[in-house]
Amino acid sequence: MTADLSPNSPSPRPYRQHSTESLLSPTERGVMGVLGLAALTLSLRGGALERLLLGAVGVGLAGMAATGTNPLATALKIRQNEEGDTLVSDAITVGKSPEDLYAVWRNLTNLPLLMRHLKSVEVLDERRSRWTVPGPVGDVSWEAELTADEPGRRIAWQSLPGAAVENSGEVLFRPAPGDRGTEIRVNLAYRAPGGTTGAVIARLTGQEPSQQLRDDLLRFKREQELGYYPTTEGQSSGRAAKGGQQ
Amino acid sequence: MKAVVWQGTNKVGVERVPDPTLILQTDAIVRVTSTAICGSDLHLLDGFIPGMERGDIVGHEFMGEIVEVGRDVRNVKVGDRVVVPFNLACGVCDPCRRGLFSACDNSNPAPNARTVEALYGAMSPGGLFGYTHMFGGYAGGQAQFVRVPFADVGCFKIESDLRDEQVLFLTDIFPTGYQAAEQCGIVPGRDVVAVFGAGPVGQFAARSALMLGAAHVIVIDRVPERLGMAEAAGCQVINYEKEDVLLALRDATGGRGPDHVIDGVGLEAHGHGPGALLDTAEQKMRMSFDRITAVRWAILSCAKGGTVSMPGVYAGLVDKFPLGAAFGKGLTFRLGQTHTHRYVLPLLDRIQSGQIDPSFVITHRASLDEAPELYKTFRDKHDGCVKVVLDPWGQPGEVQKV
Ligand SMILES: [Zn+2]
Ligand SMILES: [Zn+2]
Repeated sequence: MTADLSPNSPSPRPYRQHSTESLLSPTERGVMGVLGLAALTLSLRGGALERLLLGAVGVGLAGMAATGTNPLATALKIRQNEEGDTLVSDAITVGKSPEDLYAVWRNLTNLPLLMRHLKSVEVLDERRSRWTVPGPVGDVSWEAELTADEPGRRIAWQSLPGAAVENSGEVLFRPAPGDRGTEIRVNLAYRAPGGTTGAVIARLTGQEPSQQLRDDLLRFKREQELGYYPTTEGQSSGRAAKGGQQ
Repeated sequence: MKAVVWQGTNKVGVERVPDPTLILQTDAIVRVTSTAICGSDLHLLDGFIPGMERGDIVGHEFMGEIVEVGRDVRNVKVGDRVVVPFNLACGVCDPCRRGLFSACDNSNPAPNARTVEALYGAMSPGGLFGYTHMFGGYAGGQAQFVRVPFADVGCFKIESDLRDEQVLFLTDIFPTGYQAAEQCGIVPGRDVVAVFGAGPVGQFAARSALMLGAAHVIVIDRVPERLGMAEAAGCQVINYEKEDVLLALRDATGGRGPDHVIDGVGLEAHGHGPGALLDTAEQKMRMSFDRITAVRWAILSCAKGGTVSMPGVYAGLVDKFPLGAAFGKGLTFRLGQTHTHRYVLPLLDRIQSGQIDPSFVITHRASLDEAPELYKTFRDKHDGCVKVVLDPWGQPGEVQKV
């Protein structure tokens, strides 16, 4: 995938988590425990922890991003290309034909249903569209153009020069072996505000695009296979009895 | 309504909570007439399984009457008497269509599923009733009412006049014990099966092995009442506190070892020896979730070419695992949550035809209000407790011992 992004465009954080939770859920903490968060912390050398803390209060983010490799980013498997774009990709198998699924994605106005951090996508003409995400200080919009459109196989797009949020992406559709439907692969590249450190903080606070993409793909699979996605939101609990969240 | 609520490690209580409501049009609401405490609920009580949150309604073995259905529910209707498997399955995904209901792709909601994926390295298995947010955080059935998502797939009608107590265990422990025996591939009249753990699942595994034609079934435990229950079914029993279990199993099988070994114990195995001590220490320090003495014994006792079948629940990473012995003897491992939906109707047939009456396992009956006390009785194996059935509508105050 190519992404012709200019190197200097600090921008508001584009990918706002739809959850209002600011930190890891108890479940995630439990899993982190299993995976050895303690060991991860011990592996922080060379002032990385201080850098992270500084980063967390928003001091010197850009400077840190310029230093290149961040050991914590490596540990967290945050991937970047040479231009410093953060790369996010994931795959899922959905029990429908590549043609059907391509048609859902090709209708760009559907995208906010598939990618929940998007507020809207407005189709401007055959190739161009306007994408809007809610940002920390108001909505952020940019224009994107289709760079590839192969029915039943591939859709690719790229933000146009001057976009506040520089990004590109593609979705690939491939028949799964047997009668399992379609293997969908999504590749995204974006310029993380705050560079590597921004990506690390985002990952640790659960607001990182790779997690968002995973949740989006799981929801998409369920929407396509079931017609809805399962939820427990609004169910009864002992928390509701005390006026707390469900 | 009244419900049993997880209030923190080693603390469950009965609380007044809001009645459940339909959230999706594929949901049903069931008025619970009977519910049971399961051995795997004890792992939640002890806090050995991560992902519980204060206020969670627990319980995954329940049955009752449908009182409300969503617009898209087709197979069941208001007034139907149903049993509901403990796992949630969508019925349409690839694993569901292949009968691997506990591996359902779609029933664990997205953020929870993603968390499990981080731990398991692949897609999350399905959601479970009342069994941590790792598996969906679905409100459980130790309550007066419960929301049943995927109602068309998860509600099985009971049309005969069998009592609740005869069909309630179709929700988990009977299919779980049966699947454990079935996946051993028992050769009728020839194979010897050993079952570690004479708790509810072990009891059903042992009886299922006999129903499937095992030549001989040996049950290992240390609690006399539980061993007595297995003996009554025609099993040989070994008390591992009184005998060297590995020697006893060799003696009982002409030196071969049992052809198949079922671990009906899971992650809180007692047992003894250096491995058991290490497991306990690691578990106490929350460095490990699992104590695997039963698995070690299963592997070491099993005959060459045999099967180690593990219905017991495990959560995390283990060490001191006798992999060399498993390799050297060419063992087959079969494990995982039960594909409960697959077994409900065939096993209901067996109950109806009188091959088994699952109510044999019940030792205690009480109202829902007694749940906190009975969790402890069951955990500590006091008072001969093997299986507790609760009546969500019963008068509080009395525990009836069978
Ligand atoms: Zn159970
Ligand atoms: Zn499914």
